Amino acid sequence: MVTLKIDDKQVQVPEDTSILKAAEKAGIWIPTLCYSELFEPYGVCRLCVVEAVRGKRSRVVTSCNYPVREGINVLTNSPKIQWIRKTILELMLARWPNVKVVKDLARDVGVEKPRFVSLQRDEAEDACILCGKCVSVCREVVQANVLGFAYRGIKREIALPFGVQSEACIVCGACAHVCPTGHIKMVVEDYKGKKPEFTLGPKTAIYVPTLQAVPRVPVIDADSCIHFKTGGCEYCAKVCEPNAINFGMKDEVEEIEVGQILVATGFDIFDASAMAQYGYGTLDNVYSSLEFEMMLNSTGPTNGQVLTKDGREPRSVAIVHCIGSRDTNHHSYCSRVCCMYALKYAHLVHDRTKASIYQFYIDMRAFGKGYEEFYVRILDKGVKVIRGKVAEVVEAPPAQKDEGSLVVRCEDTLAGKLLEIPVDMVVLCNAIEARRDSDAVRRLFSISKSPDGFFLERHPKLDPTSTMTDGVYIAGCAQGPKDIPDVVAQASSAAARMLSFISKGEVEIDPVRAFVQEEYCSGCKICNSLCPYTAIEFLAEKKVSHVNEALCKGCGTCVAACPSSAMTGHGFTDAQILAELDGIMV
Amino acid sequence: MAKPKLALYWAASCGGCEIAVLDVQEKILDVANAFDIVFWPVAMDFKYADVRKMEDKSIDLCLFNGSIRNSENAEIAHLLRAKSKALVAFGSCALEGGIPGLANLTTKQEILEFVYRGSPSTVVTDGGVFPQQHTKVPEGEIEIPEMWETVKSLDQVVEVDYYIPGCPPVPNQIWGVIEYILSGKPLPPKGSVIGAGVKTCCDECKRERKEKKLKQFFRPYEIETKPSECLLDQGIVCMGPATRDGCGALCPAANMPCRGCYGLPPNVMDQGAKMVSALSSVIDAHEPAEIERILDQISDPMGTFYRFSLAHSILRRVEKS
Repeated sequence: MVTLKIDDKQVQVPEDTSILKAAEKAGIWIPTLCYSELFEPYGVCRLCVVEAVRGKRSRVVTSCNYPVREGINVLTNSPKIQWIRKTILELMLARWPNVKVVKDLARDVGVEKPRFVSLQRDEAEDACILCGKCVSVCREVVQANVLGFAYRGIKREIALPFGVQSEACIVCGACAHVCPTGHIKMVVEDYKGKKPEFTLGPKTAIYVPTLQAVPRVPVIDADSCIHFKTGGCEYCAKVCEPNAINFGMKDEVEEIEVGQILVATGFDIFDASAMAQYGYGTLDNVYSSLEFEMMLNSTGPTNGQVLTKDGREPRSVAIVHCIGSRDTNHHSYCSRVCCMYALKYAHLVHDRTKASIYQFYIDMRAFGKGYEEFYVRILDKGVKVIRGKVAEVVEAPPAQKDEGSLVVRCEDTLAGKLLEIPVDMVVLCNAIEARRDSDAVRRLFSISKSPDGFFLERHPKLDPTSTMTDGVYIAGCAQGPKDIPDVVAQASSAAARMLSFISKGEVEIDPVRAFVQEEYCSGCKICNSLCPYTAIEFLAEKKVSHVNEALCKGCGTCVAACPSSAMTGHGFTDAQILAELDGIMV
Repeated sequence: MAKPKLALYWAASCGGCEIAVLDVQEKILDVANAFDIVFWPVAMDFKYADVRKMEDKSIDLCLFNGSIRNSENAEIAHLLRAKSKALVAFGSCALEGGIPGLANLTTKQEILEFVYRGSPSTVVTDGGVFPQQHTKVPEGEIEIPEMWETVKSLDQVVEVDYYIPGCPPVPNQIWGVIEYILSGKPLPPKGSVIGAGVKTCCDECKRERKEKKLKQFFRPYEIETKPSECLLDQGIVCMGPATRDGCGALCPAANMPCRGCYGLPPNVMDQGAKMVSALSSVIDAHEPAEIERILDQISDPMGTFYRFSLAHSILRRVEKS
């Protein structure tokens, strides 16, 4: 420990503590500008100067990076120091007359008007005052080393390597956060002229999974977080007031034993770029349904405004139904929800813009409660509803550019006319399709898929929530396209089914089961890997296979495979089947 | 007390079963001591006429090997059936048609065509004459047995009391059967398979088996197999899982896959079909083209899966129109 005096006040602090820290402990304020606890002191602004007096000798030092010495007396506000600070601030104020922190500090030390005229004057209110906080935070905390000083003297400035946006910048925003003048700003990429990013995935290392995430808590992506790469940064932890950031948390694989499982893994949307005629992915202002939904979201990329890529309000919007659904080249089924959300889009576009709205549909399927009424409401709003599948969406020829940037070609099958409608924006109603990983999920839970790729229910009418595997239930679009009320109904039904077993505490199983006649089993291990319900185990000490009858569903796969017919099924033994055949063939 | 009477006969067979009987080595003397051998064409000079003169059911034990390929085989089968108390189908041919049974994949006409006219080593003279059942010679008319269209197992021609499988049956099992009969213990129920177990070849095989996932098949000469691992796991089509035990798993012990000579296990109706069903269950592929490619690696499926059992299988023969 070191004992010293600050303005005649005795303080005891550990060795290597800076004078600034010691003064803080003693409750004495020293003005600072470039200092931050986040990184090593840089000592560039010189505002924290103090007089360190040892015996007869006095030195002017920057308190932020000058360590305490035994027995010294520190003067933080001596006439000499006051004069130095004043001069510094006069110089600063001369150069940056409108920057608030400079003005405030100048006023604090009694400077109203500088005596000097600066060779370089920056009138901006958010001018860069070269404090270097951004450089230090980027180098020491984020460890990205993107920012640095360039040039010398009055030409000194903060610069990026070669003056261009660096790949190394992780856009963490730490520099903007520490900037005392607001010179560094985080700017959301200008929407105009660029394809907006309609992604739901993470864009930063710490992010809220989706806009609608519950609970709406940020998570850290360990793969891109600078802390997990370098051990540095921890910037989020430093700014988080409730100290909620915990870097020690690890991904954990937890094995939870459950009796029943509800598979509600949802759906993917059809990738409309597979239908080149609609220009998705190649033409500007052609959106998928989910992208448009994001655009309509008040926290989305356009704050809920309907805008074309050049930032204008569209003059006309085409909403095209049945993209990939009701189409034998893609999915022959109807996605069920598109007609209604297409009408909702029309409603919202009508509310938020003056655009004329076109709906191109094959059949309008407004089948639910209140749906037909909604359809009629949309018709009353003057939305042009055209029955006909759109043939193509193309860029408008120069002659038609003033009416719309795109042209929708289609046959109006009711009027029997070919139409070419210029529009500014096209919204595609993509089909709902089974998730890409549904095969893996299906195998994991030993459930089946129907030909359309969705999980197969036990019975389409009488048992739409359970599967052929006992204890595994399905709900939602994983089972087939459906709207929210249907999903809620199906999921509730599945939950009720599961609860009924939970309250009962036991399950009944069918008597049709496979079993091993051990005296004939030689343990060839052909059956062991076949069971879709993992009911067959190998008894090593007996060298025979054994069927767990609680798991077995009596599918007969193992019975057919057993090369010695040691495996057979209750109620379906060879003798029984042959007897039946004999009966038939009499 | 008179010694029990023993008859041995070979129908359409290679003679291996006869050798197998002699393979009991010096114990053959015990056999000769214990039994009165009344008919054994391969070893002793008896005529069919001698057998015809015997009283019905006078032979206590008849070991009949070979399949029924022609009218002579059938005639003697009927004769021995009448004269024997216990008629035993001895060896794979008598039991299930055996190797000669593979002739059922083709027709008599095609066989004669090939043998007397088509084969590369045949010198065709006189337009390729086929054997005639009746031939006139200066001394009169001579007759040879009629070759049948279809090869049959013994029990497809006459009633059989017991079955001893194997190509050939292994000596210790033959001796076991003889010893059992000599011991005077009650005989097993009619129709039993004797001289064999009730499990499969795998039960006697010392190789270590894993759960099966087959991506590729090899013929034995194509790879160097690991001596301690299951041949089927290594991609060699081994009939062991669908073959009755009793032989002591001799072939796998000698690095060769089981050929299936001990016939079908007790509950199985068709050895070849069962093996096909088992193998197709453990092929590790999902794409039809991939499955096709893997299956194509099994050369000669009929000869592999039905090497011994075709004549007695559900298939029995190939019908050619």
